[in-house]
Amino acid sequence: MSPLRAHRWLLLRRSSQLAILALFLAGPWFGVWIVKGNLNFSYTLDTLPLTDPYVLLQSALAGHLPADRALIGAAVVVAFYLLVGGRSYCAWVCPMNAVTDLAARLRGRLGIKGGAHVSRSVRFWVFGATLLVALASGSVAWELVNPVSMLHRGLFFGFGLGWTIVLAVFLFDVFVMSRGWCGRLCPVGAAYSLLGHARLLRVAAVRRDACDDCNDCFVVCPEPGVIHAPLKGGARGIGPAIASAQCTNCGRCIDVCPKDVFAFGSRFAHPSTPADATQAHAQ
Amino acid sequence: MIATRRQFLLDAARMACGTGLLGLALGFHAKPAQALPPTALRPPGAAAEAGFLGACIRCGLCVRDCPPQILSLATPGQPVATGTPYFIARGGACEMCENIPCVKACPTGALDHQLIDIAKARMGLAVLVDPETCLSVLGMRCEVCYRACPLIDKALTLEPRHNERTGRHAIFQPVVHSDACTGCGKCEADCVLPTPAIRVLPLALAKGRLGEHYQLGWEEQKKAGHSLVAPDAEHRYNLPQGIEYENGKGLSEESPR
Ligand code: SF4
Ligand code: SF4
Ligand code: SF4
Ligand code: SF4
Ligand code: SF4
Repeated sequence: MSPLRAHRWLLLRRSSQLAILALFLAGPWFGVWIVKGNLNFSYTLDTLPLTDPYVLLQSALAGHLPADRALIGAAVVVAFYLLVGGRSYCAWVCPMNAVTDLAARLRGRLGIKGGAHVSRSVRFWVFGATLLVALASGSVAWELVNPVSMLHRGLFFGFGLGWTIVLAVFLFDVFVMSRGWCGRLCPVGAAYSLLGHARLLRVAAVRRDACDDCNDCFVVCPEPGVIHAPLKGGARGIGPAIASAQCTNCGRCIDVCPKDVFAFGSRFAHPSTPADATQAHAQ
Repeated sequence: MIATRRQFLLDAARMACGTGLLGLALGFHAKPAQALPPTALRPPGAAAEAGFLGACIRCGLCVRDCPPQILSLATPGQPVATGTPYFIARGGACEMCENIPCVKACPTGALDHQLIDIAKARMGLAVLVDPETCLSVLGMRCEVCYRACPLIDKALTLEPRHNERTGRHAIFQPVVHSDACTGCGKCEADCVLPTPAIRVLPLALAKGRLGEHYQLGWEEQKKAGHSLVAPDAEHRYNLPQGIEYENGKGLSEESPR
């Protein structure tokens, strides 16, 4: 496999993340105002509003009824992620992803094992806590510390000491907890994952019969828990499309699998027949 | 089965405690961050601080659309709640744009869309905080703040009074009127002193409040159209013969009729 193909989805993903950053940066750096704002709310070409539904929810709980533009923006975002899966945000948009991916790679290189471990469901508790704090304090308090907006807003509006929070997350992921931030704690990812349960776009283990248990996908996947059932559950009648809303649609499993087991498909993906497989190999 | 249920309850309790602590920490962190430092001003149309912190989603659209670029989003380490827009009068005052682009840009209405007349904005209230250093109060004809005020003679007036020190000059003291001052910060920005004698303060700091039951006699009288106690007694003067008194004019010789 050519190295380009072996990293196809990774490269596409990084391009998507960079392109989004570039769109946001074109304004403040070069005066080309295509997109204004940041990931909490952005306005594209003065026509397309996009609102982070999670921050808007906090604002609503804090007691403010948002104006139309913010509401429309949230509706557009919710509709989009219902279709492609909420956590696609994590893999294709969020700027923290590059930071925590780097941390995961460094952790692997340095051979760091163990450290603290918490369940992957902690993020939902954090998510709930931020909503409660918004309700109790009447303020979007989570935004005082949210590393995602620290990084994203920092790039376009000035970091201040915000970089320390981003660095803290990086070091935490390297030394304290494997996939700690995006995989266990981040309430932004938790919020977006709530939009992922019925997503149309899914990675599916369509050629799961070809799997030779090399485990590469489990190692590379940021959410390894999501793979097992669709990959191994054929005998139990489980479909090959990844069901868990925590799959980030990052496509890394597609990249690394030497047997080409995975592919992007829809929620209705079905296992390929041996005939399809020979066809695919013949191509 | 029992063991797993036990484990589940334990895990849940642990997580509830952990995130509870986290929430508390965040709550406590949010408390001091709710107080806006007195030098920082919010853009026009922002509600009082507590409400604004719930309404603003920290997007920076107002910052982008402000033509003179006086607004910034607060960063961690600054005393203003992170990500919220503010300006410092001495660093650049609000130009009171007629079409208020900052308010128009705000997607949430954290900057109130009902505000269409910029003269109705109340970003704060100018106060002559230090008459002891104000050049005008010292008796000179500085008056720079007065000239800088976009609402000259409405928000900021010059009130003449006798200069006791020289005995023969007037002092023209800058006086702010809260019914017109928008808190734009122009006066503070332009005050000639190295540290301004006039400053825009948050309304809550700058404004006193009369007791609910206080009534100003003269206002009530005006409202009623007549005296509220007893009919005003006609003024009578015991003047020497040939001298008369007229309000505003003083004593004079009786004009021949
Ligand atoms: S299952 Fe594949 S696409 Fe989904 S998160 Fe894991 S590696 Fe990414
Ligand atoms: S009124 Fe004009 S100068 Fe003042 S904050 Fe708004 S956009 Fe900026
Ligand atoms: S435009 Fe509105 S929501 Fe956005 S930062 Fe300004 S005040 Fe806050
Ligand atoms: S802040 Fe100063 S310049 Fe602005 S309206 Fe008030 S008195 Fe005038
Ligand atoms: S500009 Fe400053 S010194 Fe001059 S009159 Fe105004 S407050 Fe006083």
